[in-house]
Amino acid sequence: MADNSVRWEFQPVADQAVNIDFGELIDEEINLRITSLAAAINNKRLTGVTACIPTYRSLTVAYDSALVRQSHLIERLKELITTVKTETKTRKCWYLPVCYGGKYGVDLPASAQTLALSPDELIRLHTATCYRIYMIGFMPGFAYLGGLDARLHIPRRTAPRQSVPAGSISIGGIQTAVGSVAAPSGWHLLGQTPVKSFDPLREQPFLFTAGEYIEFVPIKENEYVKLADDRGYMPDWNLRA
Amino acid sequence: MTYFDVLSPGLLSTLQDGGRFGYEDKGVPPSGVLDELSFAIANALVGNHPGTGAIEFTLTGPSLRLCGDGYCFFSVTGDFSATLNDAPCATYQNHRMHPGDILSIQRVISGARGYLSISGGFAVPPVLGSVSTLMRAQLGGVNGHPLRKGDRLPVAPQRHSVCHGVRAERILPQMEKRAVRVVWGPQDDYFGDEARASFLTQTYTLSPQCDRMGYRLKGSPLAHVKGFNIISDAICAGSIQIPGDGQPIVAMNDRQTTGGYPKIATVIRADLARLGQMKPGDPIRFEAVSVEKAEDLWQGRQKILAQKLATLNKKVLAACP
Repeated sequence: MADNSVRWEFQPVADQAVNIDFGELIDEEINLRITSLAAAINNKRLTGVTACIPTYRSLTVAYDSALVRQSHLIERLKELITTVKTETKTRKCWYLPVCYGGKYGVDLPASAQTLALSPDELIRLHTATCYRIYMIGFMPGFAYLGGLDARLHIPRRTAPRQSVPAGSISIGGIQTAVGSVAAPSGWHLLGQTPVKSFDPLREQPFLFTAGEYIEFVPIKENEYVKLADDRGYMPDWNLRA
Repeated sequence: MTYFDVLSPGLLSTLQDGGRFGYEDKGVPPSGVLDELSFAIANALVGNHPGTGAIEFTLTGPSLRLCGDGYCFFSVTGDFSATLNDAPCATYQNHRMHPGDILSIQRVISGARGYLSISGGFAVPPVLGSVSTLMRAQLGGVNGHPLRKGDRLPVAPQRHSVCHGVRAERILPQMEKRAVRVVWGPQDDYFGDEARASFLTQTYTLSPQCDRMGYRLKGSPLAHVKGFNIISDAICAGSIQIPGDGQPIVAMNDRQTTGGYPKIATVIRADLARLGQMKPGDPIRFEAVSVEKAEDLWQGRQKILAQKLATLNKKVLAACP
């Protein structure tokens, strides 16, 4: 895909940031372009830039107007957008163990019923995809994944739960996600991973980066308990082109 | 070892500094003080580096007893009354405090937030480079929670001596009564001319749902022309989201980093401190300005503040008898 075929628009976020919007759609190619651009901006260390937040379809570049004016920053960003090549480098694919159902995934039976699947069939479909991490947001380390099988698209709960456990694996709408810390949620809980995607005391507090991939691997409860007790446990990963 | 014993925590008192920056792309909001003006003056009064962690309190302040073997200097800013061992204690002035002394900060007079800074700062381990408390994720501060009765807050060693009795000019952001200035966007195209006009002409009221995450406003609802769901994108401090019910939510420092409601406008940086001093029931109006104007206002304000702080620093750190 030729880079110049992608359209974008600059939108001011007052005098704090500029939003580069690539349109109202979820698309792997566009997200790849956004994560590549974010990496390029971080590498360039542009004067005055204080944060670079990639999302599904936009990149928000925060700046300090005492150091750079937005009009000037936009000129620098335009140059980068037109010159940065979409990264084709290999990315990590994490193999994330998940204990599905039971007390770890209280919504599994009801979700299966809504989707007219057996619980086993639902688990099989959920673990059959290699998901792209489109963005990290909402809570520290919370990973939004794309690529959920259309057979698993499901409306969100009418009443969100006040709090779901850390490590919750859930589906909602056309998305699936890996929870990090305990948080409110209106999504359906399928299971739980013993892996901590955020641990402030670990040398690398955040496990995932937008642009990486995740595959879920079903595990039994006894294995979950063992892995959850192991503070140093890290999941396997491979490089994916 | 010197520490503060929390006798009563006040309504909502948290340890905050300039913010936890560099992790917004990992879902971590910057947190940090809601009124950086009052915070900057509090730190300058005790000779601290700008950005040293302080206690931010809300509507009702805490009572604290100094314990251990050392003294310290403190200052209280924000429009509150305070006592030191039951005697009135002036705010916007630095004081010396000895072991056994009790500092009590009472109810707010105007605005919503106040700051307590101590010389050297509180000896709490930073998490991801900041001591700011993010209650939602239990990060920073005292084990990630607001101050509680019985908490111990260790005092860091002093870096230098401080002249006490120094006063600072009272700068209260809430005294500026004009409309809060915003820049349109990033999703103002989700609203028609009528909704945009209504947003600027009506006076909103801050609802009881106003916390460090966000302020919910009450007013006549704004209609969307393209629905009220967008594919989630980034939320900045001052971003004004309009959910399905048409009532604005202004994102504050502990906001979620991404969200799925269209944002009609964003509060400019120079007016965020004023926003931080607002409380439930307060009226709020908006006025639209250009990006360039917003940048000029911020640069102008930062210049004046830097001059005031430099003058204050000289007085506080001058050789004392």
